[in-house]
Amino acid sequence: MDYAATTPVDPRVVAKMTSYFTDNFGNTMSMHHWGREAAEVLEKSRETVAGVIGAKAGEIYFTGSATESNNLAIKGVAWANREKGKKIAISAIEHDCVEESAEWLKREGWEVNKIGVDKEGRIRMEELLAAVEKGVIMVSVIHGNNEIGVVQDIGRIGSLCRDRGIYFHTDASQSLGKEKIDVEAMKIDLLTASAHKIYGPKGAAVLYIRQGVKIEPWLHGGGHEKGLRSSTVNVAAIAGMAAAVEIYEKEGEAENRRILGLREKLIEGILGGIKGATLNGSRESRLVNNVNISFAGVEGESIMLRLDMEGIAVSTGSACSSKSLEPSRVLLAMGRTPMEAHGSIRFSLGRWTTEEEIDKVLKILPGIIKDLRAVSPFKL
Amino acid sequence: MINSGYSEKLLKHFRNPHNLGKIDSADGVGQVGNPVCGDVMKLYLKVKEGKIEEVKFETYGCAAAIATSSVITDLAKGRTVEEALKITKDEVIRELDYLPPIKIHCSLLAIDALAMAVGGYFEKRGLKKPDGLGERMEMIRKKDAVKGCETGE
Repeated sequence: MDYAATTPVDPRVVAKMTSYFTDNFGNTMSMHHWGREAAEVLEKSRETVAGVIGAKAGEIYFTGSATESNNLAIKGVAWANREKGKKIAISAIEHDCVEESAEWLKREGWEVNKIGVDKEGRIRMEELLAAVEKGVIMVSVIHGNNEIGVVQDIGRIGSLCRDRGIYFHTDASQSLGKEKIDVEAMKIDLLTASAHKIYGPKGAAVLYIRQGVKIEPWLHGGGHEKGLRSSTVNVAAIAGMAAAVEIYEKEGEAENRRILGLREKLIEGILGGIKGATLNGSRESRLVNNVNISFAGVEGESIMLRLDMEGIAVSTGSACSSKSLEPSRVLLAMGRTPMEAHGSIRFSLGRWTTEEEIDKVLKILPGIIKDLRAVSPFKL
Repeated sequence: MINSGYSEKLLKHFRNPHNLGKIDSADGVGQVGNPVCGDVMKLYLKVKEGKIEEVKFETYGCAAAIATSSVITDLAKGRTVEEALKITKDEVIRELDYLPPIKIHCSLLAIDALAMAVGGYFEKRGLKKPDGLGERMEMIRKKDAVKGCETGE
């Protein structure tokens, strides 16, 4: 139950990809027919991905990862528009790759405003407005958060930015396929999405860049992707991403409904069956597949390890599984205490999560928490 | 299985910790760590004629914190209080075969908890502490009060 970390590639996607390794393996920049065929696949894939977010094909740029897309968006826009002002704003709950890109800009002399969230994990609009008043040139807010699953009101933030001529970027790595995205209606200028979160392969992602947005490339070379991202194009992975998007277009609605049912069963079962368990993040504005719960008095890595011993994979906001020993800054930003953050577990459901698996978690988790609480000096 | 970097022995101690629980009228109690950093260890001692007769622990923390707690109770049991103070973090690590570098602080916590419990015993009995123990306890208290968490690497 760790689909938010990454997903297996759908066998139907694999089937679509294989010919691009062996038969149609050309370099999109070659003039001969192998090259032209590869370029055709690339452009068709671009149209498919553009279609699902309401963009024009020419506004879709393929990259190698969501991390790369986010780095390009944050650093590339900041750099290209530095004469307008070296000020940007990001939310306090961004993925590390946005957070660290902004931190890098800070070291290079930019002012970075962090927009806080309320206890449900929703952006504090008054803080966003304050940042906007300070004359930031770009705002970046994650659409569906990777840890707590909270979905932000992207359309509202988009309009607010567009009205003031501020670029708006959103990281939709977790939300593509699960939430409706329309870059026109939501007034999004840049959007990041990734293949390996939607049952596509690793190594393919996109950055949507609205026509007219000024951005500086970071990879210089052969001029691929209209000069914005030089690198031999990974046609197989990109075709895989397009195939994954097509499956979502056909089956996404039913799949999301099914997963939402499982999510609600899991939340109900845990909150109802285990004392001292609290849901992190809004229940209403939430990705269909995310459950993030803190267990009082116990530490997340221990829970994770015990679940792993039973064959269930989850992740934790505890510091003990990180390099720094600091607990999740996302949970702290929501006003959770360090202990609540240490005791958090994220279950993320997906295409092959079954009701039996949910039942299994609900059966064994109370015992695990009971055991660990018996070890802990903090009693409920 | 998660690639946790944990040894088989560590996972065994984690799954079935030794000497778990508390001692109601303990002769010495030591608590170390900081919930902000995700580990708190509490050791209880029963001392008879200068020897640690019984030792129990309660720990909030990761698998390494629980396993090192379990190991320190095994190592301390049956020793005199003076001998118990000489247990090093390397002895704790040796008992587990291996401890990932980021978890070395757990082995430190374990020997610190024992030192605090032994110190508590001397204080409770009104006995003079062995040389250096007072200073060591002071250092441990200071370390736990510091904001920011150390990995011990």
